[in-house]
Amino acid sequence: MPCVLVTGGSRVFQNLAPEFRMATKRIDSGRRRFLTATTSVVGGAGVVLAAVPFIESWKPSARAQQAGAPVEVDLSLIEPGQMERVQWRGQPVWIVRRTERALAALAELEGRLRDPNSAQSDQPPYARNPHRSIRPEWLVVVGLCTHLGCSPLYYPEMRPEPFDSDWKGGFFCPCHNSRFDLAGRVFQGVPAPLNLRVPPYRFLDDRRIRIGEDQESST
Amino acid sequence: MSTPRPANRVLGWLHDRAPGLWTWWNRHAAQYYAPKNFNFWYFFGSLALLVLVNQIVTGIWLTMNYKPSAAEAFASVEYIMRDVEWGWLIRYMHSTGASAFFVVVYLHMFRALIYGSYQKPRELVWILGMLIYLVLMAEAFMGYVLPWGQMSYWGAQVIISLFGAIPGIGDSLTEWIRGDYLVSDATLNRFFALHVVALPLVLLLLVYLHLMALHEVGSNNPEGIDIKKVKGPDGKPLDGVPFHPYYTIKDLVGVGFFLILFSFVIFFEPTFGGLFLEHDNFVEANPLVTPEHIKPVWYFTPYYAMLRAIPDKLFGVIVMFGAVLILFFLPWLDRSPVRSIRYRGPLTRVLLALFVIAFVSLGWLGMQPGSELQTLMARVFTFYYFAFFITMPLWTRIDRTRPVPERIPAHA
Amino acid sequence: MLERCLALIALCIASSVAAAAGGGPLEPAHVNVHDRASLQRGARLFMNYCAGCHEARFMRYQRLARDLGLDEELVQRHLNFSGAPIGATMLNAMNPEQASEWFGAAPPDLSLTARAKYGGPDWIYTFLKSFYADESRPLGWNNRVLVNASMPHVLWELQGIQRPIYAAGHQGEASHVERLELVQPGKLSPEEYDRAIRDIAAFMAYMAEPAVLQREALGVWVLLYLALFTLLAWLLKREYWRDVH
Repeated sequence: MPCVLVTGGSRVFQNLAPEFRMATKRIDSGRRRFLTATTSVVGGAGVVLAAVPFIESWKPSARAQQAGAPVEVDLSLIEPGQMERVQWRGQPVWIVRRTERALAALAELEGRLRDPNSAQSDQPPYARNPHRSIRPEWLVVVGLCTHLGCSPLYYPEMRPEPFDSDWKGGFFCPCHNSRFDLAGRVFQGVPAPLNLRVPPYRFLDDRRIRIGEDQESST
Repeated sequence: MSTPRPANRVLGWLHDRAPGLWTWWNRHAAQYYAPKNFNFWYFFGSLALLVLVNQIVTGIWLTMNYKPSAAEAFASVEYIMRDVEWGWLIRYMHSTGASAFFVVVYLHMFRALIYGSYQKPRELVWILGMLIYLVLMAEAFMGYVLPWGQMSYWGAQVIISLFGAIPGIGDSLTEWIRGDYLVSDATLNRFFALHVVALPLVLLLLVYLHLMALHEVGSNNPEGIDIKKVKGPDGKPLDGVPFHPYYTIKDLVGVGFFLILFSFVIFFEPTFGGLFLEHDNFVEANPLVTPEHIKPVWYFTPYYAMLRAIPDKLFGVIVMFGAVLILFFLPWLDRSPVRSIRYRGPLTRVLLALFVIAFVSLGWLGMQPGSELQTLMARVFTFYYFAFFITMPLWTRIDRTRPVPERIPAHA
Repeated sequence: MLERCLALIALCIASSVAAAAGGGPLEPAHVNVHDRASLQRGARLFMNYCAGCHEARFMRYQRLARDLGLDEELVQRHLNFSGAPIGATMLNAMNPEQASEWFGAAPPDLSLTARAKYGGPDWIYTFLKSFYADESRPLGWNNRVLVNASMPHVLWELQGIQRPIYAAGHQGEASHVERLELVQPGKLSPEEYDRAIRDIAAFMAYMAEPAVLQREALGVWVLLYLALFTLLAWLLKREYWRDVH
């Protein structure tokens, strides 16, 4: 591959055998500089373009994309208060069927949360509401802590826990003690900066959802 | 030799801490005086370096998706060709690069042959070059096994079996190389390790030594004249020019032409009609069925033709390896008082031309199924190949030579 | 110029190799993988007649849709009979052991056939043209290109039935099939049939290397760029070397 040519006319002059110094009198240094610059720029552009395939080859391959295709989940077997884990794009996705009590508790917690209205957090527009879901009963979130990517644990019971004496049910990350409520919203005073991510999903009917596909694209 | 401190602040800082970089640059580029009369044949050294870089970069990228196991290797190559974005380009750059490497190296060696570049004082340069060629053959062979197609498999089977011809230890040696009773997952795995790590390291070291040895004695040229004999008052050879910028720029033109041909093959004829990527290698390895037309890749076919021409297993193997080994002795076989063919007589020219015909024909014969006539031809050419070298001390001495001038003539 | 020479050399080598490969001369199929309509017709024939028994384990439906300019839903409805998702490869449910029992050998995967065969698409084209009725074979069919092939003539309804005309063998030599004669016409005329199998051969050539479309389109630009770069490098070299000459 072409390298950038650093030598100007004067350097060349020094390096030349005396015999050639006679000839160097008629050096057109302007033309020389112009050609050096043009060749360097064109050659450099070529190197940059040649690097593109090597960089792009790191993107998810067709096989990875196929493996990351939308996942269908049957909701009919999930009891109230129960959580189901599925894999989508290799990541854990949680589906929680929330009880009436749990939903009522969400409103009480708002004062203790960092981003109760999900203003900064990552979710599709249809999940940007206090319960962070399409239907209040069903929570669908990516089960990875927004701090450093551990998978938090599910603590559904409303009872005092060692990490929180006024626990209303939610998720607790064992890595760095971040806490989230049953809408995946992060508490204040923990390392995690944002609420749990909500993946794109849509309801195919009352009993089935498809994760990885937006609601808008539904028929 | 102290070098002037650059005015640029960053370069000045670097110069204070590592002045050796400037000395190095001057020694190998800016103040390396190369003869001013290099011709077409002198492009292939820098091109070999370019192809080496290409092989290393594309090779590293291929290992990111290739699976070195008998169960997955073949499918992982197709995965690269189809599912990985731009994988096809990276793979073709590597497969075409392998063939291009040999094209360039063969032309580079032929240049040495016609201009006597191996003669004193460049014997070490030649021997290091031959070692590179030897390692390159091992590297190419092991690389060819990795796609795990039918040709990969049966090629490995045949080449490894060559070692079985060694009396006494043959059978246990082949078993040791394979790591199994047949070419298998274990063989593939160790070849992968050698191909991607061990041999490239050896190759890089040898290439470095080859260049350093060359820069100790300076480059030969088409006239075979020693430019260091005539120096100007400043101690620089009068018939030399600094490698940089004159030959860096000139080599850039060579690189441009080479890349045009190289890219043409990659984008329009990547299998090169079954020569660079063979038909049977698009069929996954099957230890139970040997393909109908088994032959090595084109760059090994001259030696393969010799192997087939000899009706004895051990002797055939000896001849095949001997054909490569004899090249090491070239500096001592050539007794001519002059280097370049330009100052040698008609005898050398005729014998050299016949040698080229013999070598190319052997290459062609190695790809053919091998009729009786072809076997006869292969024997004749094999005989000539060895006779050319063995009788070299004789004919180089008796051939007429013309006196070599002190300076490079104006027309050159 | 040089490029054309190189292409010519490669072509010569390829054809000489193909000729040396035996199995009788192949008819040139003249496939064009850049003819999208031909690939689309070929894909349809392939999925209808070949994919029932043969797999293409490296080819994804999604890639086919994208490269052939077809709508994904259309592909799922009319070409993908396996019910697999659009991103899946073309596998089928045939049990290889059962298949061996029915045909004598499991149908090979066809992803790479066009590259694996000497003659490539020409081989496929000639092969699909060379079936003839042969009562001595278990399934009643034989083939001139692949003698004693275990595959039946799945396209016979389209082509009709051919019978062999034997040439009288020389002394001691067995008689061999000299040519084939159509004794019962099929749904397609011979010209239409040739076009249909040319489309299949073209599709299989594409399938053996889907990158061919992108490769050749991009190659032109790469060569143009390199020509420009080489020209500049040459001008630069000439400018500097005026010192020496």
